[in-house]
Amino acid sequence: MTPVMPSDFDPRNSEPEDFVSPGLPVDQANTTGRLPVGDPEQIPDPAEVEVPADLREQIQAIVDKYPDRNHKGSPKSAAIPVLWIIQRRYGWCTPEGIVQAACVMQVTPAYLESVASFYDLLRTSPQGEHQVLVCTNIACWMRGGDELLDSFCEKTGADREAAGHGGALSEDGKILVSGFECLGACDLAPMASVDERYFGPLENADAGTIVDQLESGSEVLPEKALDKRGLAGGVADSTDERVTGGKGPNQ
Amino acid sequence: MSIVETRVLLRHAEDPKMATLAGYESYGGYEVLKKALKEIEPEWIVNELEESGLRGRGGAGFSMGKKVSFLPHTDEAKYLCCNADESEPGAFKDRELMQRNPHQLIEGMIISSFAADIEHAFIFIRGEYDDQADILDRAVDEAYEAGYLGKNILGSGFALELTVHRGAGAYICGEETALLDALEGKRGNPRLKPPFPAVQGLYGGPTLINNVETLSNVSHIVANGADWFKSFGTEQSPGTKVVSVSGCVKRPGNYEVELGVSLRDLIYGLAGGPLDGREITAFYPGGSSSPVLTPAEMDLPYSFEAMAEAGSMLGSGSIIVADDSVSIPRMALRTAKFYRHESCGKCTPCREGTNWTEKMLQRVCSGEATPMDLDIISSVQDNIMGHCLCVLGDAMAMPVSSMVNKFRDSFEQTIAEEAAKAWSFGGLEAADGPVGDPAGRTSPGVPSGPPTGPSKSPGRDVQDGDEPGPGGVSPETLRRERLAGRSIPSGGGS
Repeated sequence: MTPVMPSDFDPRNSEPEDFVSPGLPVDQANTTGRLPVGDPEQIPDPAEVEVPADLREQIQAIVDKYPDRNHKGSPKSAAIPVLWIIQRRYGWCTPEGIVQAACVMQVTPAYLESVASFYDLLRTSPQGEHQVLVCTNIACWMRGGDELLDSFCEKTGADREAAGHGGALSEDGKILVSGFECLGACDLAPMASVDERYFGPLENADAGTIVDQLESGSEVLPEKALDKRGLAGGVADSTDERVTGGKGPNQ
Repeated sequence: MSIVETRVLLRHAEDPKMATLAGYESYGGYEVLKKALKEIEPEWIVNELEESGLRGRGGAGFSMGKKVSFLPHTDEAKYLCCNADESEPGAFKDRELMQRNPHQLIEGMIISSFAADIEHAFIFIRGEYDDQADILDRAVDEAYEAGYLGKNILGSGFALELTVHRGAGAYICGEETALLDALEGKRGNPRLKPPFPAVQGLYGGPTLINNVETLSNVSHIVANGADWFKSFGTEQSPGTKVVSVSGCVKRPGNYEVELGVSLRDLIYGLAGGPLDGREITAFYPGGSSSPVLTPAEMDLPYSFEAMAEAGSMLGSGSIIVADDSVSIPRMALRTAKFYRHESCGKCTPCREGTNWTEKMLQRVCSGEATPMDLDIISSVQDNIMGHCLCVLGDAMAMPVSSMVNKFRDSFEQTIAEEAAKAWSFGGLEAADGPVGDPAGRTSPGVPSGPPTGPSKSPGRDVQDGDEPGPGGVSPETLRRERLAGRSIPSGGGS
C-alpha cells in the first residue's frame, strides 16, 4: 500500500488528525497486529465495561494484598499478577481482558499493555493451549538445546526461525514452541518447560513423545520431571560435627 | 573423590516432607523463631549478622548485616524483598532451596524482618518458576495458619505480612531497583542510585533486598552464633555456599560446600569432571556474567576474594564448564545474545553495546569479520563498563572481553575457518558437503578447498587471493594494509 498525501496538505493549517494519513501502512512490529479496544488513554468507565463477577473478585483480592492499595492515585502493584490471571483465563492477554483488568484496577489499558509487552511470559498474541519453552542458553546449548528446539519444530510444524525469536505456533495452532533464555535448570540441560513444569535432560526423540502426550492429554514424561529428581550429590548426611551439632533448623 | 559436601542449608533436603510445615518442624524448624521473638533483642540479631560476615549470595557479595544496619531507625513503613528472580544463566541454586526447603527461607525472612522492624515482606520469584512459586504459596499459607505470619506472631506483638509475587520473565528484574519497579507493577527498569533502596526503595520506603540463599542462612546464624558461622569457609568468605555446576560435566547439579574449597574439587571431585574423552577449555566461575577462567586457574580456592584476585568473580556461585567441543566464539555469541535480549533499553551504552556486540560476534562466527574487528569488540566492551544505571551491560562486557582476550587465537581461527567454509560452499568444492557441525561446535579441520587457508585472506572482501582487484590493488594487499592500520590506497599500482 502506498501512502497517499493530498497535494494541498499544509501542516500549519491542519488539525492533528490530519497528520495520520489514512493510507499509511500499519507497522506490524509495533502493533503486533492488534487494534486497541476503545480509547486506550482513558481509564475504563465501570458502567460501560462488563467484567465477570468472579474475575472482578479475583483481581480485587490481589489488589488488596499490596500496601499501595491505600496510596493516592491508582494502585499498580497488582499489575503483573492481574495480567497472569487474565492470561490464565483467556489464554493470552487479550485486549478485552486487559480492558476488564484496567477497569477493576482503575488504570489505563495502555498502561497494562505496556507492562504486558515488557515481559516475555505475558503474551499479547494467541499462544495456543500448551506452551513448550526450550532453553537455548549457554549450558543447554552446549548440551544440544538448539537441536532439541529443531526437533520440537519438526514434530509440531512450527516455524523454526520464528520459534527462535519469540515463539511460533504449531500447524494446528494448539502448541506454542519457543526458544527461551535460561530457565534456571542448567542441571537438566538440555531441558524444556512444558506448561510451566520443567523436564530434562531431554533427548531429541523426547520432543516427539512430549508432543504426542500433550495432544492425547496424558501425563508428560513423568520420569524426566524436575520434581522427581533427587539432589545431585545423592542422599548423604554430613559427618561434620559443626553441622550435626548445630542448633538451627534442619537437625 | 576426596571431597564431601558440607550440607547446612541442603541438609535433609532429599526428604520430600521437608517442603511441608510439619516436616520442617520435625527437623527443628521454627524453633529459632520462637526463641528469637521471646528472648532475643533485634539489635543483637543485626549485630550477629554483621559479625558473622555473611555476604550476599545473589552476585554482589555485599555484607548482609551491613545492609540491615543501613536501614534508618524511623517509624516509616519498611519492606523486605527476597530476590528469587534467579535468571542468571548457570544459576539454579535458589530453585533447589525453595523447592526443597521453603520454610527455611520463610523463617529467615521473619527473623530478618523482626530484626529490622519490617512489617511487609515480599518474595519476588521469577515467573518461570511456577512450580516453586506454588510450593512457596502453600508454605506461606501454612505459616499463616500456624501463626508464624500475620498479626501478633506467637503472642509477641510483632506483625508481618508476606506476599509471594510472581514476575513474568525478565532477567533485568533480578537487579534490585528493577525488581522494585516490577513489584510496584511497572516495567522493570533500573533506577538511578543513590538513593539506595535501604534509604528509598519500595513505595519510597526503606527496603532491604536479599537473595534466597542469604536469607536462608539467617536462622542458622541466629541459632548458632556468628563464631559458628565463621568456622566455615575462609576469613573473608565465611559460611557454606550452594554451588550450581553445569555445562560439560558428568554430574551437573547443586553442591553445598564450604567457601574456599578448590575449583578442582568442585568440578572434578563433585561434578565428575569433563565427559569422557574431553578436556575442559574454559569455565565461568560465577554465572554467565563472570569473566571466564582457564584450566590453569583450576587450583584456586573458590571464594569471593580468590575469584576477584583472578580477575573474575564468584557472583551467584554458578560454574558453567566448557570443554573442547565448545567453540569459544560461539559461546561468546550466546552470551551476548542473552544480554541483548534482556537489556531493558533504558541506557544507551547497554542497549546499543549489547546489540552491536552480538552483531559483530555473529560476523566472527560466519567468517565475515577480520581480526581487526576483535579489537573493536574489545573497545565496545570498554565503553559499556561503568556507564549505565545497572550492571547488565557490564555483565556482558566482562565475559565477552575476557573471552576475546584469553582466546584470541580461537576467534581468529573461527574467522578463517568460516571464511574458508563460505568459499567451499560457494565454489566448486560445494559438492564435498558441509564441513563441521552445523550446531556450532568447532569443526575438526579446515577444508582444503582453494583459494584460502587459515593463514590467508580471511577478510570478507577478499575475492581472488592475490589477483589484482579494481584499481590494480590486490585484495590481499588491501587487507594487509588495513590490518597494519594504514589508509587504503584509492588507486594506482600495487
